[in-house]
Amino acid sequence: METFMHQVLSGLATGGIYASIALALVMIYQATHLVNFAQGEMAMFSTYIAWSLIESGLPYWGAFAATVVISFVMGVAIERAIIRPIGSRSELAVVVVFIALLVIFNSVAGWIWTYSLKTFPTPFSAAVIPSSKYLSTHEIGAMLITLVELAALYGFFRYTSLGLAMRAAALNPVSSRLVGIKVGWMLALGWGLAAVIGAVAGMMVAHVVYLDPNMMAGILLYGFAGALLGGIDNPGGAVVGGFIVGVVENVLGAYVIGTDLKLSVALVLIIGVLTLKPSGLFGKTIVTRV
Amino acid sequence: MLLIAASALPFFISDYRTFQFTLVISYAITLLGLNILTGYNGQISLGHGAFFAIGAYTAAIMMDRWDLPYWSTIPAAGLTCLIAGFLFGLPALRLEGLYLALATFALAVATPQILKYKGIEHWTGGVQGIVIVKPPAPFSLPISPDKWLYLFSLATAVVMFLLGIGILRGRVGRALIAIRDHPTAAAAMGVNTALYKSLTFGVSALFTGVGGALSALAIQFVAPDSFGFFVSISFLVGIVVGGLASVSGAVYGALFIQFVPNVADHLSKSAPWAVYGVFLIAFMYLMPTGVAGALRMIWARLSRPR
Repeated sequence: METFMHQVLSGLATGGIYASIALALVMIYQATHLVNFAQGEMAMFSTYIAWSLIESGLPYWGAFAATVVISFVMGVAIERAIIRPIGSRSELAVVVVFIALLVIFNSVAGWIWTYSLKTFPTPFSAAVIPSSKYLSTHEIGAMLITLVELAALYGFFRYTSLGLAMRAAALNPVSSRLVGIKVGWMLALGWGLAAVIGAVAGMMVAHVVYLDPNMMAGILLYGFAGALLGGIDNPGGAVVGGFIVGVVENVLGAYVIGTDLKLSVALVLIIGVLTLKPSGLFGKTIVTRV
Repeated sequence: MLLIAASALPFFISDYRTFQFTLVISYAITLLGLNILTGYNGQISLGHGAFFAIGAYTAAIMMDRWDLPYWSTIPAAGLTCLIAGFLFGLPALRLEGLYLALATFALAVATPQILKYKGIEHWTGGVQGIVIVKPPAPFSLPISPDKWLYLFSLATAVVMFLLGIGILRGRVGRALIAIRDHPTAAAAMGVNTALYKSLTFGVSALFTGVGGALSALAIQFVAPDSFGFFVSISFLVGIVVGGLASVSGAVYGALFIQFVPNVADHLSKSAPWAVYGVFLIAFMYLMPTGVAGALRMIWARLSRPR
């Protein structure tokens, strides 16, 4: 029972990371109906930027803030420069461009920072957050950061006029334009926010899995699984889905299939959800008229 | 004419170059398979590295564990992949566009892990993989194994391309394109879309499996980590650069993914992938029909009567 509790709780801790990535995916999906395959690599790249800043002597939270700003600008720039012009073309074109971004981020990171593993510091000291019986200091801290971030996002979308405008632009672009919302910029803003969420998740997970250009491939997959499980058009659902995937992955990995097949859990989950219940647990079922 | 030139090629170049061109042939067959699925039928697959791996492993296991002759592995690899592809295609039927891309993306990322799985280690050799022996030329022909394998691959490729052209030129090919361009109308015209789509997945995997088996014979080695996610990506690069929905595009794409990384490799270890990425974006914006489309356009312009 003791170890089971431990597995569930540390599953929740990694689930928080998956939930963040899932949320970033859902944000872009809601605004543009695109699934961003480059989300993980963008997060990885941001984490490397944070690492460089820390190495150059900045304190952790200073580097954290700077990375958030840089990631935001990066997300907006990618939307304006690359995604906008291709958006109206075929699905294949969009997928190809996303894959191209993934490859470019991955190889440029390898080019600049080499492929050797790097350790990433944790900002949480045991003095402030004592580690409990089940969770380490970093796991508790990462979970707290994730929850704060989610609350902030919820507040932003629910209570600010900019958040309202962004939701409107995603829901009904034509009418939004008529009431004076700059829909194009709202989409770019969405990309910026998604990049920030990814960057925070990257910085939290890098302490656990070590920094390396390929660190996000598996995490992105779990993020996808979480987003699909919760319903890809439902932000709250995606967060819940991310946590569920984290727990399921950890418990199955510990008791049933062993660690070397963990990625296949994500594969089975993705295919299972897509075929059995494509709308996910909390998503809307879409009926197409022909 | 081209065929004669291609068969004469190994006698003018070194064994190492011949080996590279054998790989080109195996990639060309693979790309043709992927193109049938993605280019002609519009089903986006980011996971063809998995079928490539199944083909390669089938060949390796048959030769290493069961001592079967190398030529028998090609049809067996094709058949295994046909079944595997068809089975994967059945759930994939319900997925469209981006979702299929997602599911196959997951397949591609998970492939190396599945290959390392302990339960099938006595077949696959686990992390170490399997080493196989390059077949010598038969009838004591005075040519090196590399050159023989090249000719063998070329003959296989001719068969596969004729098969591919046969599929695409006829009724079936038209049905595939109809499903890509307007699935509802295709169904209304009496095309069994479900059957065609999952069969296309199977046939596409068959081509890819044959390509994978040939590449295993040429490289003489299979291991889980040589079938990572990036293999699937390079196939995608191949069909985009060569030309979507074009048979000849498979050859240009294969030449591209074999030789361009070699050139870029001199710059840096990660340069080939950066180059791939830039090429993908550039082709999507500037030349969406790929090299094959561009050549066709130039040819049309030159041959136009003035």
